[in-house]
Parts: sequence; structure tokens; C-alpha cells
Amino acid sequence: MINAKKFTVSHAPFWHDGSGISSRSYNIMIATLPAIIAGLLMYGMPALAVVCLSISSAMIWELLMNLATKRPISIGDGNAGVIGILLAMLLPAGTPWWIVITGTFFAVVIGKEIYGGIGSNPFNPVVVAIAILMVSWKDFFDFDQALLNYDLNFVMVYPLAALKHFGTSAIGGFSIFDLLLGKQMGGIGSTFGLGIIIGGIYLIIRGIIRWEISASFLAGIFITALLFNISDPDRFAGPFFHILTGYTLIGAFFLATEDSSSPVNFIPMLIYGAGAGVMTVLIRNIGIYIDGVIFAILVMNLVNPLLDKIRPKAIGKVG
Amino acid sequence: MIKKSFIGLAKPRLMYETLESLLPEPQNIAIPEKVTLLLETDPALLSGGQGSIKEKDKVKTGQKLTLAEQNAEYVIATVTGTISSITPFTGNFGKQYIAISIAAVPDEEINGDFAKVAEKNLFNGIRDFLLSCPGGIPRPLFSENRGKVKTLVVCGIDNDLLITTSQHMVKAEMNSIKDGIDILKKATAAEKIIFVVPRHLQHEASAADASIKIIDLQYPAALPRMIMKDVLGQVVPAGRTCEDLGVFFISAEAAASIGTAFKNGVIPLNKKITVIKKDGTATVVSARIGTPLSNIFTALNINLNEKDRIILGGPMTGSAVYSTEHPVLPDTDAIIIQDSLAMPSVSDYPCINCGECIRICPVNVPINMLVRLLEAGLYQEAADEYDLMACIECGLCAYVCPAKIPIFQYIRLAKYELARLQVEEEA
Repeated sequence: MINAKKFTVSHAPFWHDGSGISSRSYNIMIATLPAIIAGLLMYGMPALAVVCLSISSAMIWELLMNLATKRPISIGDGNAGVIGILLAMLLPAGTPWWIVITGTFFAVVIGKEIYGGIGSNPFNPVVVAIAILMVSWKDFFDFDQALLNYDLNFVMVYPLAALKHFGTSAIGGFSIFDLLLGKQMGGIGSTFGLGIIIGGIYLIIRGIIRWEISASFLAGIFITALLFNISDPDRFAGPFFHILTGYTLIGAFFLATEDSSSPVNFIPMLIYGAGAGVMTVLIRNIGIYIDGVIFAILVMNLVNPLLDKIRPKAIGKVG
Repeated sequence: MIKKSFIGLAKPRLMYETLESLLPEPQNIAIPEKVTLLLETDPALLSGGQGSIKEKDKVKTGQKLTLAEQNAEYVIATVTGTISSITPFTGNFGKQYIAISIAAVPDEEINGDFAKVAEKNLFNGIRDFLLSCPGGIPRPLFSENRGKVKTLVVCGIDNDLLITTSQHMVKAEMNSIKDGIDILKKATAAEKIIFVVPRHLQHEASAADASIKIIDLQYPAALPRMIMKDVLGQVVPAGRTCEDLGVFFISAEAAASIGTAFKNGVIPLNKKITVIKKDGTATVVSARIGTPLSNIFTALNINLNEKDRIILGGPMTGSAVYSTEHPVLPDTDAIIIQDSLAMPSVSDYPCINCGECIRICPVNVPINMLVRLLEAGLYQEAADEYDLMACIECGLCAYVCPAKIPIFQYIRLAKYELARLQVEEEA
């Protein structure tokens, strides 16, 4: 059987649907664009600086870790870039450079690489990083203080902080419509609600994020906030306010849906999303933190492996 | 290759190819100068020297070639000529064969042994002469110690995508299939015979004396275990086989072969094959079993380049071969040529837990967890906790995996290793 030609031999299947990790990452990046561009227009160059530094430093951290751990270079899959973008979206414009770099270090190295890289992280890397930053340097996450130099044509107070400190009387100045259009203070890419929703719906349609998680997260927030609001309308804001402020929308579409740290079966996804939503409002309304999205998602990341044990019985399973 | 649609939320729908219109006659491939027959047996028999055949033996068309004497595995010589070589051959997953090459001579002589037995006993006729006929008959169906045949399923639809061989048989040779089903009914004493066909062949199929069932056109509905579940309403328990439950599968082509064989008194030798070229066009050819693939490529003017892929069987479950000298086997329903540029790659990326495989798995295997264990070689744990043995081997998980993990290969390897360990433990 001497044959000059060599053929490729491999195992079935010989087809593939053409999906890939990098295309998933690029689609997430595309989906963040509406919200990011709105943030850049609002906050200008300082915001652009944070976004660029965040993306580039995240990729460099990943590259350094690849070299240090002697593993294949993996920045091409775009995951580090996505981490960088999402982290920047959560930060206020004008965040000092060293916070950004420390943040991406926590996200990429502590949040992802030390567990073995993509797919192995038990927590959402971005959420881990923001949680560490928030606890360590909370002054920089006091949006009222961080954005002191800005005077845009809307109420220049961070809505959730106002609610926390002064009750619902302080948030009368925010109309739902303004909040949806991003006329509120907050992270660079987390205020333009409409843009985030468009991005999120794009990702859902493309099948890149799991709609069950986003939907149940928002439902969890809506129902819990509604119950609080009914019980004491002076102290607790209504559900739409909660959905359109802080990190809620970006959490629903970009943070809670991170692949590795969220469940994949139907019922676990619902519990996971709803649990994060309920806990977010609990932290906001009766906890000490102003925004609860970050910690709620972290806690739900923790129970994710347990949740994913609730799965349909395999057909043919014995016993 | 079917790509993911823009709307990725919708599950990909892989549909079986349908043969709607009337067909052209299959293109006949000339009898080659050399055929190679693969005899599935232990090559240790070769050194024993007890074989009834040896090199330079003259054989006639239709002659039974076997190494041991009674009730052993055999192949049927598909040409008349001289045995040029007998060599061991290792197939996928270490399967042992003996490759028997026969140099053909132009004047064909037919061996009459089959005709003599066939008149007397249907069961023996099939068992002793037809198991390696075109289409292939599952050996357990005619083994002495099998249990009762509760249901015999005749497949008028190919179980993988792109292939139309079985549908071609239903359209072109329904009379032989009908005869074959009648003979099978008598020979196997099957309690029930089910003929499964796609909806558009329902009319043709109704000629057969069997209960006709319609198979959905969406892959993997025509895989045996899916037929068991959807048509027979019987779920095969993990780790068991369809045969364990008394259900046997046979292709429409094999039924037709049986019908033709008993009608004419000679063993059919020509296998119908769907050949799918690089541009996706399909041709049905008819070739002697044992014909080297290169003869078919020459006849169809197919040029192969370095690094192309030759696939025997379908795109989801077939197997790639490394040489154009590989012979046509009784169950070679299709030959697919894949261009090296059109080939999807696999990677050693870890699972990113995106859940695509979970959504597409037809039997709810927790593949995202399973693949983590399989990558680490924890096969027994995978079988105990994550339903490895429930897998029906459709390959859809690997088809949709964005990390391009060769999941299907991991699963097959794990099953193979577990089976091997079990044999070792018993020994």
C-alpha cells in the first residue's frame, strides 16, 4: 500500500458548525459597543483612556501568564479583551491608571489564569476584580466623588447612593426614560440602559449568552423590588428604578451570563438568575452596600456547581 | 458543511438528505484487477497454518474464504482469480482483520455452493454465505446462541447525513427488499418486522409485508437507538445493546441482497455507494465489494490532493481512511471526499462551559462535565456519574462545540478503554 499522497485522518464528526471561542468573544465586544460609545460620548477622553488601558492591560496580563506558565498563547481567543472591556464598563471615567491595571490583574490572573485559564474559573473574573477593588478602594467607586468634575445636563448624583441615603424622595428627579437613555451617573459602560439591552438582545439572538439567566435575573430583581416597594414606598424604590440603575443591566446581560461560572441546565439557570436578582435587591435595600449586583453574582457563582447538579435524567440511564 | 445560522439561539437542524425524484442508474465500476477483502478474525489464526486458504490458491466468485473450518468468520470472494496475499490488518480502535487480496482474472467462474445450501435451508443459507453481502448482515442475528428476535428493523433510511444509499435501494429495488423481508421473516422467526422509511418513500415501502414506520428527517432520528426510542418506544438502558432487547437492525440493501440471492441462486456482490465529491455533488455507484477506492475515484474523475480527507460513511459518524487502496466493505454506504481547506480543525482548548452540547444532546448526557473527566482519563467515574454509557454516538456535541473539543472521539475512546479493562478483569 505504498502511496505518495498523505491524507488527513481524524475521528468523526467531520463537520463543525463553525462556531468558535474567538467569534463568541468578538460578538460580545460588538454587543458592548452601544453602551461603551454612549459612555465615551458622555465622559470623553478620560473614559477612553480607562477603556484602552483596561483592554490592553488585561491582554498583557494574560500574555504574561501564558509565558510564566509555559502554556500556549491564548490572547487570540479574545477572552482577555472581553474581560478588559467589561471591567472598563464598570469603572467610573477618570479611574486612576493603577486601579485599572490592578483591576485587570485581579480579573485575569487571580480571577481566571490561576485556575487554569478559560473555562476553569469558578467566578466571573470581572466580578471578582471589581469586588476586590470595591472593597479595597471604595472611595474610587463612590461615583459622586469620582465624577465630581463632570457637570452634564442631568442630575449629577449616583441614583443608588441617593436612594440609599435619602430614600425614594431623593430619586424623584430621575425619570425612567432618562435612566434608560443613560442620563445618570455610573460606570463608563453601565449607564446607557437602552444600549446594554440592545447588546444583550443581540447576544441572546446569536445564542452566545443564555437568555434564561438574563431573564430570570431581571425577573428576580423586578419581583423582589416590587415587594419591597409595596411594603414601604418611602424607603424602597420601584422595580423599574432598580432595573435601570447601577450595574443591573450589565449584570443581567454581560456579567451573570459568563459561561464558565454559570449553569447550563434549564432549571439551574433559572434558579441562578433569580437568586442573583433577589440577592441584588436584598443587598441594595437592606444591606450596607450601595449596589448589590457584584456580590450577588459572586455568591451565585459559588453555588453554581451545586445548582448544575439539577439536571434532566439521561435517557437510558440505569437506576 | 452546514454552518451555524446567524440566529444561534435556534438549535441547528441537520436534515437527512432526501431522494425525491426518479434516479439515474448507478454508475457501474468495472471489476478491478485486485480486490481486497477484510476478514474480521484473530490474525493469530494465520500463524497456526490450519487455514483452508493460502496464497496462490485459485478462488472462484462466490467462494467462501475462511481460515478455520466450521462456523467461523468468512468472506465471500467477489472475483475469480488467485489469492495474492494474506496479511494482518488493524482497523479503528484496534479491530483485527485479515486482509485477503485476490488478483482477478477476466473470465469469471461462479462457485455453486450457495445455490445448493440455499434450496434446503434459509437460515443456513444466510448464515453461511450472505453475512458479508452488500449492506452487511449483523452477525449476532444469525448466531446460534442469540435470544429470540422480537423485532427486526429494516432501515430504508441511512443513519447519517448526506447518504442516500438506502433510499436509493427502496426506490430502485423494492421488489428484492420485499422478497428479502419475506425470507428474513421465515429465517429468523422474528415476531415483528418493522420497515422504517422517510415519509416520501412511504408509498414505495408499503409493498413490503412489514409494518411501515415513518422516520423524522432530522438527524439523529435514524440512529438505531433513536429508532428504538421514538418508533419502538423502548429505551435501551445505558451499557446494553439493542440486541440485548431482542431488536436487530438490518439495512434495506442487505434485505435486497438476501432477496436477490435466493431468487437468482447467486450471491450479490455489488455494493451501492453514495460518493460525495468535494463540491458536494453526490453520485451513486455500484462496485464489487473489495474494490480499492482508487478505482472508484478514477472512474468518477476525482482528483485527490495531499491532506484531503477520505471518509467512509457519513460526516457525523463515518471514519476516515489513510489510503486510496482501502477496499469497499459490505457496509460502506458512502464515500465522502473532503477538501483540506474545508476541513474543520480540532483543538486542545478546555471546555468553556457554554452549554451548546447540553442543548443539542438527544439523550441529555451532561457533556460539559463528562468531557472534563474524559480529558483527565477518568473513564470509570465518567461512566458512573456522568452517563458516559447512555451516549448514542451521534457526534452532535463535537459538531457544535465552539472550543472544537473532539468530544465524540473522547467518548469512543473512553468506551473502548472501559470495554478493554472489563475484558482484562474477567481474564
